[in-house]
Amino acid sequence: MTHSSSAYSAARHHGAVPFWRDIRILRAIAQLVFVIVVLAVGVWLLGNYRNWLAERNLTFSFRFLRLEASFDLAEGIPFKPTDSYARAFLVGVVNTLRVASVGIVLTTLLGLVTGVGRLSRNWLVSHIASVYIELIRNTPLLAQLFFLYFAVILKLPTLKMGDQITAITLPGPIYLSNRGLAMPWPRLSESFGSWWPFLIVALVVAVVLWILRAHGMQRAGRPSFSFVWVALAFLAVPAIGWLVVPGNPLALDVPVVKGLKAKGGTILSPEFVALTLGLVVYTGAFIAEVVRAGILAVPKGQAEAARAQGFTETQILRLIVLPQALRVIIPPLISQYLNLTKNSSLAIGIAFLDLYAVSNTMLNQSGRVVEVFLMIMAAYLSMSLSISLIMNVVNRRIQIVER
Amino acid sequence: MTTIAEKPPVTEIGVLGWLKKNLFSTWYDALLTVGSLALIYWVLRGVIDWAIVRATFSTEPGACKEARSVAAAAGETAGACWSVVLTNIKVFMIGRYPIEEVWRIWGSLVIIAVLAVLTWLVWRSEAMIGARRWVVIGWLLSLPVITILLRGFSEKSQVLSLVATDLWSGVLLTFVLAIVGIVASFPLGLLLALGRRSKLPALRVFSILYIETIRGVPLISVLFMSQLLLPIFLPPQMRFGTVLRALVGMTLFSAAYSAENVRGGLAAIPLGQYEAAKAVGLNDVLMMALIILPQAIQKVIPAIVGQFISLFKDTSLVVIIGLLDLLGVAKAVTGQTDFIGLQKEVYLFAALIYFICSYAMSYGSRRLEVAMGVGER
Repeated sequence: MTHSSSAYSAARHHGAVPFWRDIRILRAIAQLVFVIVVLAVGVWLLGNYRNWLAERNLTFSFRFLRLEASFDLAEGIPFKPTDSYARAFLVGVVNTLRVASVGIVLTTLLGLVTGVGRLSRNWLVSHIASVYIELIRNTPLLAQLFFLYFAVILKLPTLKMGDQITAITLPGPIYLSNRGLAMPWPRLSESFGSWWPFLIVALVVAVVLWILRAHGMQRAGRPSFSFVWVALAFLAVPAIGWLVVPGNPLALDVPVVKGLKAKGGTILSPEFVALTLGLVVYTGAFIAEVVRAGILAVPKGQAEAARAQGFTETQILRLIVLPQALRVIIPPLISQYLNLTKNSSLAIGIAFLDLYAVSNTMLNQSGRVVEVFLMIMAAYLSMSLSISLIMNVVNRRIQIVER
Repeated sequence: MTTIAEKPPVTEIGVLGWLKKNLFSTWYDALLTVGSLALIYWVLRGVIDWAIVRATFSTEPGACKEARSVAAAAGETAGACWSVVLTNIKVFMIGRYPIEEVWRIWGSLVIIAVLAVLTWLVWRSEAMIGARRWVVIGWLLSLPVITILLRGFSEKSQVLSLVATDLWSGVLLTFVLAIVGIVASFPLGLLLALGRRSKLPALRVFSILYIETIRGVPLISVLFMSQLLLPIFLPPQMRFGTVLRALVGMTLFSAAYSAENVRGGLAAIPLGQYEAAKAVGLNDVLMMALIILPQAIQKVIPAIVGQFISLFKDTSLVVIIGLLDLLGVAKAVTGQTDFIGLQKEVYLFAALIYFICSYAMSYGSRRLEVAMGVGER
């Protein structure tokens, strides 16, 4: 290596390699040409955009964000037509995050259950799981959303007809109608102010106990007390607080049908229900496959070796199989979360006011195509980037665990 | 020697043995089985009752309304009314494509079928290995031929009159979008993948930026870009129809994913192949073209099929920008005055078509993977 490179530099020194055959110069020229071409195309495109702006007497600016939006948004945080475009965009972002966070929690549960069910020794259970997975994975999400929204949720009975409640009523009470889902929800009451310090104390106590336990585990090879004590301490402190503080800090707010609407509790719009349900069912099928692959990736010998050493079946699952399966599961799982977040943009197909749908209205109202487009891209990219960042951190931690 | 061959107990073999092993091995297994049976019974009963027993299949106008009023008079909900699907079957398939020009679609299908049979025959026998090149050339030629056949030349042409791409709709449009998306994105993806592995920082940074940006945003925002931004960033004389613009969007989007597939294939090539190519004196271009890419592309064929299937499903997003693909036609059909309120039937039918196509393709790709020995590497 040294020999050849010194021979090369010697040859260069004698001028035996002319500059048009010098690989370094050629590379520099190639890059320069590439950059110039890219820049030229960019300038050409921007020039066309300038002409387009000039024809319409517009300039590129984000100042319109401060203007009055003059359209209504009836989903998520309060919004009135006199609010600004910037606030409208915020409403959209918050709605997307709402769907994504609720969806991610529910779809993880569904995917876990289905993935484990797919591997069940029970023939019926594993086949039901695989029929679900195949049906969902082989049809487009938008078709599923259309079906859920137009053919199922909007066809639900009305909330009230005459004096009778016609909605599907579940104990709670939970009312499911074509007006959406109304269900009980905890509300903070006045005494919550004196109760929340107890929650913080509980968290501190639990963390301290956890660290003590881990410490003992490192020293003696076994925990000095069971995990149950940590959980009990975490629950006991707020419970004491509940008794000490006058009145109930949290009250269960129950929906009541008044007139043609449900009041109280929390009311989820039919669009929110359809979108969240659709995303959960769709992504769940993909997560199920991820979970299945992860569990199958743990060699059989691992479980057999643990069994030979006298581990119980629960211990094998908890201490041997799951930790190794999680290593395989977590990276694709996080990319499924990312997919769910991106797919929530299909909301516009069923009139849910997510980031994309609100932006679309903003664009039609203001005519600021490029500005709004940049905002959409920035919003989605920052979500993607933060999820990939989490993924990288998790990956690194997993690698440390490995050997 | 006498052998005392005791028969295995009946609960261990045959139907009973299977039942015990697979359905009733423990008490909670039995519970699960009973629960599953109840679920299957409930779902199947509901579906069969609605879709077949109480359904209307008559194609006469007004049959659906009549069935509904009959059911309402009897105090129950009506079953499915399939006449909305039966009377609109042509609309689902070709949408607004002129009915007198349908022979062109059949012609294209015949070309594809003949090529597919030829491929199968030629690839089956080692003796016809020389013919493989001609089949590949045939496939490449079929693309422009089919495009011309479907689109025609100009409005005045006697032979093939123009059918503007904006008239392409239904299942036809779904397939056109998916096929053009995958075929046109592949060369772009190949270049991007090579760019991402390039030693030249300018190319590498550009490729990484492009790939990661596209993969970080939803398809719908890329389609949006193609619909609204292309007319703004291109001069007025370069305007083209919505379908073409959607195709541009699909291609740009799909290229980023193709690039990652190809990159996977490139990474799977052992370093020795590069070294061997260098050792016999090939330069970088020849090494890639003759040694590395042929092997890499072969390795990524299953991944490309998978990408095609997901692209096939993703084409449904063009509904949002107002195109009439299969799902768009379905949505339009639900608005027909004769068939108000039949969303269930229409969307189920559309989903069924998507399901059949993409299930068949994923079954095919599994067979392909087995044939190519993907799992055994």
